[in-house]
Amino acid sequence: MEEQSKFPELSEAEQKALEELLPEEMSEIIASGIKRRHFLKLFAVTGTSLLAAHLLGIEQLMARTVPIEQQAPLLIENGVNLSFKVNGSQQQLLVDSRMTLLDTLRERLNLTGSKKGCDHGQCGACTVILDEKRVLSCLTLAVTCEDKKVTTIEGLATGNELHPMQTSFIKHDGFQCGYCTPGQICSAVALMDEAKNGEASYVTADVRRKSRSVKLSDEEIRERMSGNICRCGAYPNIVDAIREVHGDKAVAQVWQFAEGTV
Amino acid sequence: MRAFKYSNVSDAGTAIKLVSVNQTARFLGGGTNLVDLMKEDVMRPTELVDVSRLKYARIEKKGNGISIGATATNASTANDENIREKYPLLSMAILAGASAQIRNMATNGGNLNQRTRCTYFYDVNMPCNKRAPGSGCGALHGVNKNHAIFGWSEKCVATYPSDMAVALAALDAVVQVEGVNNTKRSIPFADFHRLPGDHPERDNNLQQGEFITSIDLPANGLAEKSYYLKIRERSSYAFALVSVAAALVTDGNTVKEVRIALGGVAHKPWRASVAEHWLIGKQATEANFKAAAAAELKNAKPLAHNKYKVSLAAKAIVRALEGALQGGVYGAMEADSTTTDKNQDHE
Repeated sequence: MEEQSKFPELSEAEQKALEELLPEEMSEIIASGIKRRHFLKLFAVTGTSLLAAHLLGIEQLMARTVPIEQQAPLLIENGVNLSFKVNGSQQQLLVDSRMTLLDTLRERLNLTGSKKGCDHGQCGACTVILDEKRVLSCLTLAVTCEDKKVTTIEGLATGNELHPMQTSFIKHDGFQCGYCTPGQICSAVALMDEAKNGEASYVTADVRRKSRSVKLSDEEIRERMSGNICRCGAYPNIVDAIREVHGDKAVAQVWQFAEGTV
Repeated sequence: MRAFKYSNVSDAGTAIKLVSVNQTARFLGGGTNLVDLMKEDVMRPTELVDVSRLKYARIEKKGNGISIGATATNASTANDENIREKYPLLSMAILAGASAQIRNMATNGGNLNQRTRCTYFYDVNMPCNKRAPGSGCGALHGVNKNHAIFGWSEKCVATYPSDMAVALAALDAVVQVEGVNNTKRSIPFADFHRLPGDHPERDNNLQQGEFITSIDLPANGLAEKSYYLKIRERSSYAFALVSVAAALVTDGNTVKEVRIALGGVAHKPWRASVAEHWLIGKQATEANFKAAAAAELKNAKPLAHNKYKVSLAAKAIVRALEGALQGGVYGAMEADSTTTDKNQDHE
């Protein structure tokens, strides 16, 4: 099975899902190693852009750690040697002082899971976890990350096992186009720790009353996730996904495949 | 973004020296405002001196009050046990600002140093006396819905966006500053930020190279009754149209002490002294809150598109005072307010 697979990098379940979804010639295109964006463009012109968009979403969710391949920059001004940890692996590179953490991840380290939405700190698509705290990588200068630890969407899964938050986003369909999803998930993962630490929010009833951990209401989840914008409006499902991971009991899945499609 | 030199230093003295000798150098804290302004080509520093790792992150007792380190993040400050217990107004205000991600990045010193700004300031194709002194104010006769109703000048009508600073104004904070050759000075919060006057390019009274080391909060009896109300166009992650930091000390139902500061209405946090004076010694009733708010807003000078802020601010003051009176519990008046707002939409 493994050797004959058209999609050797995917897990068995993912391969099966893709093989069922893709028309014959599309599988060939992927097998021939064509770039993802090109592949998606082809998808779009074949008139199945909705399907393509959905697959992109799944791909974000399943983004995983791959060997990091450094890209050589064209020109560096005011270069600074930077040494930091990304998803557990030590990285050393010379960066332009202007380089943001987001661009460094995407353009130098080939970790394109973190997305550039607005690039001005207004959308949250670039959210990563820096030394245990969620931050915006688009407003973080890479040079300020010396000796720090970064976790991106690619670093959340353990091998082929998705992070519970990734699994929950899939179960609850917490996305449509998928562009904001890596940021949403990183943000939600960090939020779980903030709640465990008893941190307050603007909608906390009484900030004077401290507890060791906080049980998040839907209103609390919405307020605390307000730094992550979803243009598709998948918010209700995102809240469900987070509530499932945060709570101690399963949250009912509110969607199902149409009859005959699976 | 224009090229700049990045300097990482290990002590404040070196940082201060570097920035004071170079007029185009800036301290870099969390960078949440500065880096964005550099991307937009609004700010063009030739050198950034990273102070985010300097050892000024402690939040500790000082006399009967608390000293908040300048390099502590907004998030860690809002969630500090002592701040939550003794200065809940500050916690609420910080948590009303920006998003969780930004509060994790932003430092307290950086929060006070963020620019007073408006969309004309951000757009390099527009005239703006703050960005380019002498080029004029695009907002004065332009689209000025979000602009000031107090203390503005013909040169600038922008508002200061910090929520944290509104609470600090109400709490009579003192900003501790260090300059070259180890010179130190204390700046009462009311004197820290500036009104635009003829020099809107200056947001505050710091000299080039002066570094905020801490923000000190004197002891007060306001923790029991304080409330931060923020009114904005969406329920979270937006600048205030109007915000109010309100705190009370009452004896029976008589107002012994009251603090009211407004955000979103001026070039700096606006201490509503007229309303405060009016209320001292009066009964803490809705009617008196309304009268006090009206007295304050009588001095407002709205622009073409922001007359709404006058009545909004008056109502917000009343609601914030009521929130404080009810013990600063979020949501106590919120359900109520939603209904009111909806009704107004249909009027």
